[in-house]
Amino acid sequence: MSDLAPALGQIAVLVAALAVAVPLLGRHLAHVYTSPRHLAVERTAYRLLRVDPDADQHWKTYTMSVLGFSLVSLLLLYLLGRVQEHLPLSLGYAALPADGAWNTAVSFVTNTNWQWYAGESTVGHLFQMSGLTVQNFVSAAVGMAVAAAFARGLARQLAGGRVGNFWSDLVRGVLRVLLPISVVSAVVLVAGGAIQNLMGTRTVETLAGGTQQVTGGPVASQEVIKQLGTNGGGFYNVNAAHPFENPTPLTDVLLIFLMLVIPFAMAWAFGLIVRDRRQGIAVLSVMALLLGVAVTLLTWAEMAGVGRAPEAAGGAMEGKEVRFGEAASALFAAATTGTSTGAVNSMHDSLTAPGGGVAMFGMMLGEIAPGGVGSGLYGMLMLAIVTVFLCGLMVGRTPEYLGRKIGQREIVLVALYVLATPVLVLVGIAIAITAQDGLAGLQESGPHGLSEALYAVTSAANNNGSAFGGLTSGTPFWNTLLGLLMLLGRFVPMVLVLALAGRFASQRHSPPSAGTLPTHQPLFVALLSGVALVVVGLTYVPVLALGPIAESLS
Amino acid sequence: MKDIYTLFRHSMAGLRVLVAMTLLLGLAYPLAITGIAQVAFPWRADGSLITAAGTHTTDAHDAVGSAIVGQVGDSDALFRNRPSAAGNGYDMLGTAGSNLGPNSSDLVASIERRRAEIAAREGVDPADVPPDAVTASASGIDPDISPAYAAIQVPRVARATGLAEADVRRLVEEHTSERTWGVLGEPRVNVLELNIAVRELAGS
Repeated sequence: MSDLAPALGQIAVLVAALAVAVPLLGRHLAHVYTSPRHLAVERTAYRLLRVDPDADQHWKTYTMSVLGFSLVSLLLLYLLGRVQEHLPLSLGYAALPADGAWNTAVSFVTNTNWQWYAGESTVGHLFQMSGLTVQNFVSAAVGMAVAAAFARGLARQLAGGRVGNFWSDLVRGVLRVLLPISVVSAVVLVAGGAIQNLMGTRTVETLAGGTQQVTGGPVASQEVIKQLGTNGGGFYNVNAAHPFENPTPLTDVLLIFLMLVIPFAMAWAFGLIVRDRRQGIAVLSVMALLLGVAVTLLTWAEMAGVGRAPEAAGGAMEGKEVRFGEAASALFAAATTGTSTGAVNSMHDSLTAPGGGVAMFGMMLGEIAPGGVGSGLYGMLMLAIVTVFLCGLMVGRTPEYLGRKIGQREIVLVALYVLATPVLVLVGIAIAITAQDGLAGLQESGPHGLSEALYAVTSAANNNGSAFGGLTSGTPFWNTLLGLLMLLGRFVPMVLVLALAGRFASQRHSPPSAGTLPTHQPLFVALLSGVALVVVGLTYVPVLALGPIAESLS
Repeated sequence: MKDIYTLFRHSMAGLRVLVAMTLLLGLAYPLAITGIAQVAFPWRADGSLITAAGTHTTDAHDAVGSAIVGQVGDSDALFRNRPSAAGNGYDMLGTAGSNLGPNSSDLVASIERRRAEIAAREGVDPADVPPDAVTASASGIDPDISPAYAAIQVPRVARATGLAEADVRRLVEEHTSERTWGVLGEPRVNVLELNIAVRELAGS
């Protein structure tokens, strides 16, 4: 149903909006994460909460703050889920089961927002607001904080492993970035038709004489932060395909804009923090290049309607909304899996086989195109270090990045980072398809059945949260497995990133020599893109061949 | 041991921050947005409900549905929505897509069955039944159909309501939305608003 010209036009609208917003927001972010000055309201809050916002924390202390904060977040959210029936505005819904509460607590604290449950029939308004919405904000702010700490680590020298203050990063990320943008966007979203009320379900008598239950809830306020923080957990089961979450093509492009703007702006901010804007632009270029390829391939696959069902129907409209059609659905799918968002405006299980494969590949890249609000930047910088290391090996010199030497200790940390998620994905899929309880959740057999399981473990370990919805994941087996993958997939890489930040912050700056590979030129952009694709390709090709590739070719 | 104590100390600081964040982000923020929305856009904020006369309302007792949500309309006098995988059809407590894969035999069979049924119902060539008519939407409550699907329903609705086909076709055109700014989204027809207009013209 989509035509090519408007499909390109909507991409142009998005690119134009981002081109204006990213440098502005990037400059703001750089200021937020480096300025020594606190706002008056922040100072009051720190005093009341008895936290020291000025202590320049050693990376180990910073890590402890991250883990401590996330631990209590996990416990509180688990508790809220377990006592849901006693909360106000619970709409009469029962407490979540232990495995479900565990899965949801991990899911939202790790910025994954994998959902085993259907929002409209499982959770009440207070749990959505005070449990889930809060974690939508703070898990995003935690990711941004870690990325900022890493950037500062690269910008300092001889700082004794000190990388900044977690509490001030966290509070500033929420108060100065996420909250103001959310307030404005939420009001715009309601103006566009999204709902925002505290009502339960109301019954209307339909035109044909039947009845329909109209659901209520504080939707818009959660919708915007779930996009802006690259979280992705929908108020309703069908996420941003629901007209109450995403009523028009205009709100749709706003939601896509929101999930892309911070990851790109963080790259811009990175350049400013390391006092070399070109470095940020180089990183941003790689992100944009990879995302561009994904958008192109996904749009082609959906508009061409590859597969038996799309051919039978005359178009790939199964699992898509008429107001979005193939093109806007493909754009959303590429953006949500290129970031770590995982929101959907179409059902990914019904994407064409190559389209679903591209979505999966976007997540397997480690979500660096442009990635999560914080994890995108630090994930990309890790690959940048791999790139200078590989190039250093070729010419036989000690590799360096931004004047930091990449020695043995550093490259070990980077290698562990690069391997952590693939190990989780591949061990996860091995467990899932060898256990009876794992196979029991699959809706389809053959390559598409494998794709359903592979998509789930990839989504969990990479903290994405989107799903091939045919998988019945609300069982103790899947809830437990995916919970573990999400937890390890978030915090193992994060600790490695902070450790590396600490090492860089201890080093002396070494000035570039004739043998230093410049990391701001098109050559480096091409090399880094290539490394990203090769690393992922080598890791995942075998399992992709058994799933989406086999399905595309059959 | 020392590490565990350190983690505990940081967790206690974390708990204080988390409680403050919960008050701010989990109560003050959503309630403030609710307040603004209820004052500035009350009709939208409450679900865009419309009455049988097509007027806006926030009272469910007066409403026949939401202007942005599709509903079951299995009568010859009404334009039909798309196939729905939400509960028994257009169930807002069970929003869902089919999640059937692109090469699923079940899905291909459903598509072929729907194509034959719709062609028979509307008296058109099966090849003229557009893709959205034979596929289930993402939400299961899609409010829209394509202009092509509306077009093939015009003769049946005109017959059942006693209206002239030209009049019904004019109503379809009036309720067709084009792409926003010429590029965003797809052309579409809002089924509930169209059906309300048809009923009003037919005087029923």
